[in-house]
Amino acid sequence: MPSQTLFEKIWSSHVVHEEKDGPSLIWIDRHLVHEVTSPQAFEGLRLADRRVRRPDLTFATVDHNVPTTPRSEPIQDPISKNQIDVLEKNCGEFGVTLFGLTSVNQGIVHVIGPELGLTLPGLTIVCGDSHTSTHGAFGALAFGIGTSEVEHVLATQCLSANKPTSLEVRVDGTPSKGVTAKDIILSIIGRIGTAGGTGSVIEYRGDAIKRLSMEERMTICNMTIEGGARAGMVAPDETTFQYIRGRKYAPKGEAWTESEKQWRKLSTDPNAVFDRTVRLDAGKMVPQVTWGTTPAMVTDVTGTVPDPEDFEAPGMRSAAARALEYMGLKAGMEIQSINLDRVFIGSCTNSRLPDLIAASKMVEGKKVAPGVRAMVVPGSQLVKLQAEKQGLDRVFVESGFEWRESGCSMCLGMNPDILAPGDRCASTSNRNFEGRQGYNGRTHLVSPIMAAAAAVSGHFVDVRDWYTS
Amino acid sequence: MPLDRVNVDTDQIIPKQFLKLVERTGFGRYLFNDWRFQPDGTPKTDFVLNQPRYKGGKILLARENFGCGSSREHAVWALADYGFKALIAPSYADIFYNNCFKNGVLPITLNEPTISQLFDEVEKQESFSLQVDLQKETIRKPDGVELGFKIDEFRRKCLLEGLDDISLTTLHEEKIRAYEQKLAPFQVINVGV
Repeated sequence: MPSQTLFEKIWSSHVVHEEKDGPSLIWIDRHLVHEVTSPQAFEGLRLADRRVRRPDLTFATVDHNVPTTPRSEPIQDPISKNQIDVLEKNCGEFGVTLFGLTSVNQGIVHVIGPELGLTLPGLTIVCGDSHTSTHGAFGALAFGIGTSEVEHVLATQCLSANKPTSLEVRVDGTPSKGVTAKDIILSIIGRIGTAGGTGSVIEYRGDAIKRLSMEERMTICNMTIEGGARAGMVAPDETTFQYIRGRKYAPKGEAWTESEKQWRKLSTDPNAVFDRTVRLDAGKMVPQVTWGTTPAMVTDVTGTVPDPEDFEAPGMRSAAARALEYMGLKAGMEIQSINLDRVFIGSCTNSRLPDLIAASKMVEGKKVAPGVRAMVVPGSQLVKLQAEKQGLDRVFVESGFEWRESGCSMCLGMNPDILAPGDRCASTSNRNFEGRQGYNGRTHLVSPIMAAAAAVSGHFVDVRDWYTS
Repeated sequence: MPLDRVNVDTDQIIPKQFLKLVERTGFGRYLFNDWRFQPDGTPKTDFVLNQPRYKGGKILLARENFGCGSSREHAVWALADYGFKALIAPSYADIFYNNCFKNGVLPITLNEPTISQLFDEVEKQESFSLQVDLQKETIRKPDGVELGFKIDEFRRKCLLEGLDDISLTTLHEEKIRAYEQKLAPFQVINVGV
C-alpha cells in the first residue's frame, strides 16, 4: 500500500465511481442543511419528482437569519420568517430531521454538528456553507458546496468532484499566553493570502496544532476557506476521541470500539508526500488584528496600519488603498489607537463555550467602555445553556454586554444584528469584507479575548500584557 | 465589461440582504448592489455596470481570486440573471468556479499578462468586444487574434450538451448501492443505543 496523507485516505475510501478524465463520484456521509442555501434545492427535487435519498444522513437547522432576541418574540422580518417556514415545510415533506427555532439543539450548523456527535473522524461532510471546513478539525473531509450541489447530494447522497491537491501547514512552537487559535489561523492566512490554498485541502500539523483543544482546532479549520482552501483538517487523536465519546449521535458500545480502531489509522503516513508545505512558528506569533477588507489584510496588535505603497503587486496596492479608505484608516496609525463602536463575540469561528469562558475572564469586574455597544451571541442553545450554568451570562451582562440567543447573527448580518454605516467593530467572526456586517460597516477580525479586552478598553489592546500583569 | 479589482468576494457580488428569496430567479437586479447603487437606490455613475458604453455586455473581465468567500450560489444566479454568459479572470475561488458550471456560466481562466492586456484594450477601444467559442475553446478579439483557453473536458461537455448532473450520477446507481451496503459503523447514524 503506497504512503497516503490523511486526506487521501478519506478520499479513496469514499470514491463510488472514478472516471478516467473526469470528476470522481464520492459518497457523502453527512449532509447539513440550513435555511438560506436549501430552498431552491428542495424545489428542484420537487420539480423533478425526486426524493431525498438518505434523509437519515441529512440534518437541518435554522441559523443564518434567525433573530437573536428572545425566542418568545415574533420574527419581525416576513421574508426571513418565510425562509424559516419553508425549511420546516421541506424537512417535513422530505423526512429530514430539523433542529428548529425552539429546539434545544438549534444553533449555528458548524457548532451543532460537532456538539451532537454528527461530525466524526473519517467522514465526508458537506453543507451549503463555505465554513463547513470547520468539521475538518475532527479528521473529516468537510467542505462547502453551492445550492445545485446541495440538490445533487439530497438526491444521490453523492457528489461529483475533482480530487484537490494537498497542502501541509505545519505550526510548531509554543505560543505566548494571549495568542490563541484565532491568531494562529489569521497568521497563516496573512502568510498564504486569500487564494493561497485554492484547489487544495490543507492538513494542519505540528506540535502547536497537536496541543490544541477541539474547539481551537475548529477555529483553525473554520477559517481555512479564508485562505482559499475548501477543506482543512487535523488528524484525530485522544483529544478528538475524548470530545466525541458519549455525544448524542456518536457510535456507542461495540460500534464505538470498532470505530475508534478505524479512526486510529487516520493519520498521514510517515513517507506520504504533500504537494506543498508551509511552516510557521507559533512561538513568534503575536495577537492579530485585521486592518483591511480581506482576512489576509492582517497585522500584529503591536503594529501599525501598513502603507499601500509598500505592497509589491499593483493589484494589492490598489486593493490596500481602497481598503484603507473604506476602513477609515491612515497608513502608519498604531493598531492600538483604533477606537471602536461595536464588539461582537460570536459566529461559527468563535462562539463555543471555551471562547466565551476566556472572553468572560477579560471583562469580569470591568465595564464596557463608554460609547461601545457589545454583544455576545452563543453558537448554539447548548452552549448558551452551559454558559448560563456557569454564570457567564451574568458576568457579561454586568459588564455591559448584551447576552443573546444563538445564531449566525452579526457575522453576516442577515438578521437584524447589523452595523450602522461607519460603525467600527471588533469581531470574532471570519470575514471583514466590505459591507459584510452591514452597509459601510467596518470590521476588524480578532480573537475572543482580544475582542473582550477591546470592549472594556474602547480600543485594541495587547492582551498579552493582561496576562503578565 | 471590465471590473478591475482583485479578490472580489461573493458578498460584493450579491450582498446578504438579498439571500432571503426562495427562488433561483430575479437576482440580477441586486448584482453588485452596494457598489452599483447609493443607499437610496440611485445608480453610482462611476461603477462599470452603470456606464452606458458597457450596456448589454455579456462577458465580465475580472481579476484574480474572483468569487472568493461565501458558497452562495446566488452570486452566480445574479451574474447569469443580469445577462453574463462568460467570465474571464486569472483565477477563481473553488466553490464559485463549480457553481458557475451548474448555471451555464463559463468561467474562463487566462494568464495575468493576457488579462492585463485585455483590460488595456477594452479601456482604449469604446466598441471593444470578444467572441467566445466554447466548442473550439477560443476567444476572438476584434483584431482577429484568437486566444486559447482550456476547460475540463467533462465540464465542457456538460455545458455544451446541457447535461443534468443528477441524471448523470443516477447512471451509476448500482455502484452507489454497492457502496451503501458496506458503510463503516461510524458512517451510519447511531441513535438510541
